[in-house]
Amino acid sequence: MSEKKKRITIEPITRLEGHGKIEIFLNDEGNVEDAYFQVVELRGFERFCQGRPVEEMTRLTTRLCGVCPWAHHIASSKCLDAVFKVEPPSAAKKLRELGYCAHMVHSHLAHIYALGGAPDFLMGPDAPPAQRNLFGVIGKVGMDVGKVVIKNRYNAQRVQEIIGGKTIHPVTGLPGGLSHPITEEERKEIEQMSGELVEFGKYTLKLVVDDLILKNKDYVDLITGDIYYHKTYYMGLVDKNDKVNFYDGEVKVVDPDGKEYCRFNEDNYLDYIGEHVEPWSYLKFPFLKKIGWKGFVDGKDSGIYRVAPLARLNVADGMATPAAQEAYEKMYEILGGKPAHNTLAMHWARIIENLYASERMVELIKDKEITNKKVRNIPTKTPGEGVGICEAPRGTLMHHYWVDKEGMVERVNLIVATGHNNAGMHMSVKRAAQKLIKNWKVNQGLLNMVEMAFRAYDPCLACATHTLPGHMPMEIIIHAPDGRVVKRLSREIK
Amino acid sequence: MVPVLSDLQKGERVKMADKLKLAIARGATCSGCDVEIVDINEKILDVIKIADIVYAAVIMDTKLKEVEKWDDGYIDITFHHGAIRDSENEHIAKLFRKKSKILISFGSCSCYGGIPGLANVTNKDEIFKESYMDTPSTVNPDFVVPLPEWKDETGHKLTLPRFYDEVFSLDDIVTVDYYLPGCPPLVTQINQALDAIISGKLPPKGSVLASEKALCDECPREKPKKINIERIYRPHEIELNPDKCLLEQGIICLGPATRAGCDAKCIRANMPCRGCLGATAAAIDQGGSILSAITSILAISDKETQLSEEDIEKLVGQIKDPLGTFYRFSMPKSLLRKVEKEKK
Repeated sequence: MSEKKKRITIEPITRLEGHGKIEIFLNDEGNVEDAYFQVVELRGFERFCQGRPVEEMTRLTTRLCGVCPWAHHIASSKCLDAVFKVEPPSAAKKLRELGYCAHMVHSHLAHIYALGGAPDFLMGPDAPPAQRNLFGVIGKVGMDVGKVVIKNRYNAQRVQEIIGGKTIHPVTGLPGGLSHPITEEERKEIEQMSGELVEFGKYTLKLVVDDLILKNKDYVDLITGDIYYHKTYYMGLVDKNDKVNFYDGEVKVVDPDGKEYCRFNEDNYLDYIGEHVEPWSYLKFPFLKKIGWKGFVDGKDSGIYRVAPLARLNVADGMATPAAQEAYEKMYEILGGKPAHNTLAMHWARIIENLYASERMVELIKDKEITNKKVRNIPTKTPGEGVGICEAPRGTLMHHYWVDKEGMVERVNLIVATGHNNAGMHMSVKRAAQKLIKNWKVNQGLLNMVEMAFRAYDPCLACATHTLPGHMPMEIIIHAPDGRVVKRLSREIK
Repeated sequence: MVPVLSDLQKGERVKMADKLKLAIARGATCSGCDVEIVDINEKILDVIKIADIVYAAVIMDTKLKEVEKWDDGYIDITFHHGAIRDSENEHIAKLFRKKSKILISFGSCSCYGGIPGLANVTNKDEIFKESYMDTPSTVNPDFVVPLPEWKDETGHKLTLPRFYDEVFSLDDIVTVDYYLPGCPPLVTQINQALDAIISGKLPPKGSVLASEKALCDECPREKPKKINIERIYRPHEIELNPDKCLLEQGIICLGPATRAGCDAKCIRANMPCRGCLGATAAAIDQGGSILSAITSILAISDKETQLSEEDIEKLVGQIKDPLGTFYRFSMPKSLLRKVEKEKK
């Protein structure tokens, strides 16, 4: 019956990492009846990592995602510290955080200039598709600015390479520390580049937020309007002063009113997070377990929460560095207080975090201990179960490994940043579609604006799709007399 | 500038468009290859002078429907990264093969299956069960699983790509013109390939755009004359001397069995090679090649006659997870291809 109705497919969705599509269904009036954000790929890491030596996990799980390999490398390194019950020397922790902050800059700059922010806002949401990209952006801001962007991305790349061995897929993380220290020469190089990154962070804030967005009333309306708006819970890591931290801390969750809902850490994350499965997406939908899965609805009674830059800023009490703190205060002043539910403000929060990460790099590289040669403690205890949590560029990341007494992997549980945001992205896409597409009026500009709803999250579907399905599945749906689905059973047929 | 590339294999010259049309297509991938391409930095400004990037989902908005409308051979060169894991990956591989004059298998997943190819050590049922049932955070009392076709309550039909029983490399599915392995291929490797494209000096089709040598040949560490190890260590178990050969220290390093071209980045960072560039030009099977290298340096090689079976087993037993270590990046392209398990 309804199959005859109009269907709009956006495939592939673009300017993100990984494979996804959007399906929009229109009713007889040409309005949106339903819309789906589907993740259409998976790979199966949780299973094929079983049987591997656990210390290899830092180098296996980087391949979950080439866009945030450092996030997996760090979560995995912390998880290995826990598995072997070994504490890294202080210099090693600082070096890990330094490399990780460089990664945060590298990843955030890519999204700001190449994937989401600048292409959509500088070029305009309805600019011709051929211009809505990095090259269009360089064309518009000029080659000189383009070269500065490129130079600073290189800075971030180079710091990661010095500490991690490789920019993409770093290799130096070991249980109890790192495989090598940095030299005085490298320290100087990093100090120079970190200073440049802070200046560039300030420049980016001015270029994108002050000049591009705040001076354009249409954009301000778009960000503060109701097309891209959902009241949800938020989750993020905070340090002991309740400030944003990417490397370490406690996971804090606030409710849609901004009130603290809970705090947890590596030991008890499973008490708080559950993952729901839907038949139309390969990616599971995490939710707050104690509230429960209530379907794709926002609000206080629904267990749906969001992660990533805006969520981190929403849960925290501020930023630990001065320029980022100033930008933080200004953002909430303009958005009208905390928490901000404006999905597009994720771009803004990302730019503030980029500045924080650069400032934090400067703090860390100036630390006297940073060139200390002692960067490893060799594990001596029998390995066991362990969990590592950090904040990936796209949100909270959890690695959990179970091993035998020889340190061979028996089970792996991964909850990745984009996973946490799966329900949020689906709701955001549906709402944007419903608000934007009316009376059969659809064009590529409007469809790009639907894509902007997920793009704000900077999703990484590669990360998210570590699972894998079977073949020839079958599904049994049990309907109530009124047609309502009361039970759905699925299994594979050989 | 009108680059004209020689197609030496067929003895004819492939006429390229006045401005090259480049595409980046992807299969089952982590997208690290995409990022590494963006990381060529200022070189990308040279590239866009001589080429238009016509498709690259990670940075551009061209949709597949448009690609399907293009004439065959419309694209001059496609870089394909990622393995072939599902029906969508296969569709994209075939589509871009048809639309491209030259198809480059880019990165280890596309060339050999890569780390996603490790899924060939297990089977689909096990993976499926783990992901959607057994992982401890999963709450799935109704045993819901993703389905290739599903209708919601209103009757809207939704589809997902169909997953295959095993992971394939790109050249299992379509003909590949060049291989550029690495996880990801380094900026220097990409720049060399781009220079060859820009200058029209590509080697014969089927070539691997990397060194013919083994990684040991470009390793910066002191080269031992002879290695004889009594004990194998795992990287976290001992202090790693940054100047000595890792194998000599008892650490499994895939250098002897791996193609050079990566500048020994991991080894320079004081970590052993895990073989991402694949087998050397001389070897067919990377795992077999490293196995023979390791057995030749184990203390058994000279005194097989003096050691009991038990001693030998103990020595070799120190190699934890040979399958996942020796075939870390190349399982689907190896002689093993896939571990078959008895189906219940």
